[in-house]
Amino acid sequence: MPRAKTLSGWGRIAVPGAEILSEDFERITKDAVLSRGLGRSYGDSSLPPPGQPSVAGSRLADRILSFDEGTGVLRAEAGFSLFELNRLFWPRGFCAPVAPGTQFITLGGMVAADVHGKNHHRDGCFGKHVVSVRLRVADGRIVECSREAEPDLFRATLGGMGLTGHLLEVECRLPRIPSPWIRAESERVHDIDCFIEALKESGPHWPYTMGWIDCLSRGPGMGRGILTRGRWAEPGEAPAAVPRRKRRPKVPVVLPGWVISRLTVRVFNSLYFHRHVPRLRRGLIHPESFFYPLDMIRDWNRLYGPRGFTQYQCVLPEAAGHGAARRFLDLLTRRGGASMLCVIKDCGAEGLGLLSFPKPGISIALDIPVRDETQSLVDALNELVIAEGGRVYLAKDQFTRPEHFRAMEPRLAEWERIRRQWDPEGRLRSAQSVRILGDRP
Amino acid sequence: MRVAFLGATKGMGRALARRMAERGDVLFLLGRDPRDLERSARDLEARGGSRRVGTARCDLEHAATLGPALDSAEAALGGLDAVVVTAGLFGTQDRLETDTALLARLLTVNFAHTILFCEAARKRLLARGGGTLCVFSSVAGDRGRKPVVLYGAAKAGLTRYLEGLDHRFRGQGLHVVCVKPGFVRTSMTAGLPEPPFAGDPEDVARVVLRAIDRGTPVVYVPPIWRWVMLVIRLLPRAVMRRVGF
Repeated sequence: MPRAKTLSGWGRIAVPGAEILSEDFERITKDAVLSRGLGRSYGDSSLPPPGQPSVAGSRLADRILSFDEGTGVLRAEAGFSLFELNRLFWPRGFCAPVAPGTQFITLGGMVAADVHGKNHHRDGCFGKHVVSVRLRVADGRIVECSREAEPDLFRATLGGMGLTGHLLEVECRLPRIPSPWIRAESERVHDIDCFIEALKESGPHWPYTMGWIDCLSRGPGMGRGILTRGRWAEPGEAPAAVPRRKRRPKVPVVLPGWVISRLTVRVFNSLYFHRHVPRLRRGLIHPESFFYPLDMIRDWNRLYGPRGFTQYQCVLPEAAGHGAARRFLDLLTRRGGASMLCVIKDCGAEGLGLLSFPKPGISIALDIPVRDETQSLVDALNELVIAEGGRVYLAKDQFTRPEHFRAMEPRLAEWERIRRQWDPEGRLRSAQSVRILGDRP
Repeated sequence: MRVAFLGATKGMGRALARRMAERGDVLFLLGRDPRDLERSARDLEARGGSRRVGTARCDLEHAATLGPALDSAEAALGGLDAVVVTAGLFGTQDRLETDTALLARLLTVNFAHTILFCEAARKRLLARGGGTLCVFSSVAGDRGRKPVVLYGAAKAGLTRYLEGLDHRFRGQGLHVVCVKPGFVRTSMTAGLPEPPFAGDPEDVARVVLRAIDRGTPVVYVPPIWRWVMLVIRLLPRAVMRRVGF
């Protein structure tokens, strides 16, 4: 018997719906209310609103349209992936301007979520490096927008979760790299305050920094973890050979829900922390291992069982001080949110995008398996984040309540004004925009 | 290698053309839509380190366009070492049973005109002392089956033609490569229920390029489909009548 079609984000929480795919992405966006890339946003950002049968998939529209070796300016169709970008351009001496946690994302998705990464403290979000985008707006017209042409639409589109128009083409600048290898250091850190200090100290010297936290550790060791920093190796210190692509084993089936439990996470975290000897390690490593350790296992989202998982990512602003991260972890450990993956990163200046997530402060991201109490855990975390003046990242979100999001996002009114101007009937929408922004289903 | 490529803008053809461009082959693209051809040409140039990729209109629905298109390719490339055909139409059995116009188009494009194109290519390659003709047929032509009665009939005819071509001209230096894809995830199969052993265009491209280099006459992609089809070919008629595939 044919099963009803469903779509889900990376968190594997499915809704009814299908993805329409074609190399002629421009054509299939005519009737679509939303488009989607590789579906790596965790929650419901890339899912159709209730009652809509489908979204337009961009991933077959993946051609490079031009590349200028002199300026590093790349123009490509929206479905061109970061994976392909890295594969083709690392050996030619260029890299992506930002370093997010996975390379299985598209240029269109990178604009829609205005993604950031390990170099946010230095290089900002992806939008900072975008020259212009070609957009199919709600009335069907195709508009090229940039800082000069339709600047309001451009600002609303960076981080606008695809709600201002379908991203058809993206033009961005790729920086040069001295070699396709990474010089990296990693260091064990003993608590959250040391962690934030270490991130701040490393920032000016290292383009890429991030940390993994054992979020089950409590008391004096709360927030212990491993800090990683890196830079592109100079030609003299790297092998002449281009790094070979790695093989990727895959999680073959959806594992039972009990696999990720408090106990297994505690064991994993402890081993991961204590196996890091000596305290400080240095070396030359493959850029894929450095930037995308999670990509090394395909379909790792199946680890979290049949109910799926969510990622909670928030930024706690500088103004809230060091104590904010400690208060956040304290609440998390008290509520028993077990997570193997908890990533901490310092953010630099706020970008041009009106709904871009990062702002100066500390970002914390953690994976939470879906349980009966997940909604109340997210509510509690959100209340703390609002009190600290922070906000959450829509590309990860599945559980934030509309009133909480409004309280976090003073820029929302301005974004909504621009969106209404281009889409007065509210035609372009997603499951997430219906849930959080009050769009009609 | 100098390659004239019919069907490089989409699916498996796109993946194969990219692999060729990235290793330094010189390509000339043939197809229906000039704008689409140009965009694919730019993509391949960016991947191949700016080596110029030319294009010409060639429409399998119009037999008169086939020969001139190959002439343009030969002139632009300064000769031809290989001709690749991945273009073709697809329709589900249900659709083809009811839409006679589509059926007529499909039979013409996938069988008659593909063979006309191959004949034109074969003559040009033989005139130069040989070369490779790589054509995408399908596992659907291996056995008469309920879901692909009509599509499979055209592909079966094409497969037989390619087999005969190999027998007749191999001695004169013509290497015919008949590619038989099983289920591959492309825009052509998007929305169809996915059987086991489905493959991706990039994997297909790797296997097909190796077959082109070696002159392998028949290649199944993904390779496991060789064994799947062996079993299906061995099933007695009484069993085939009962099963749904």
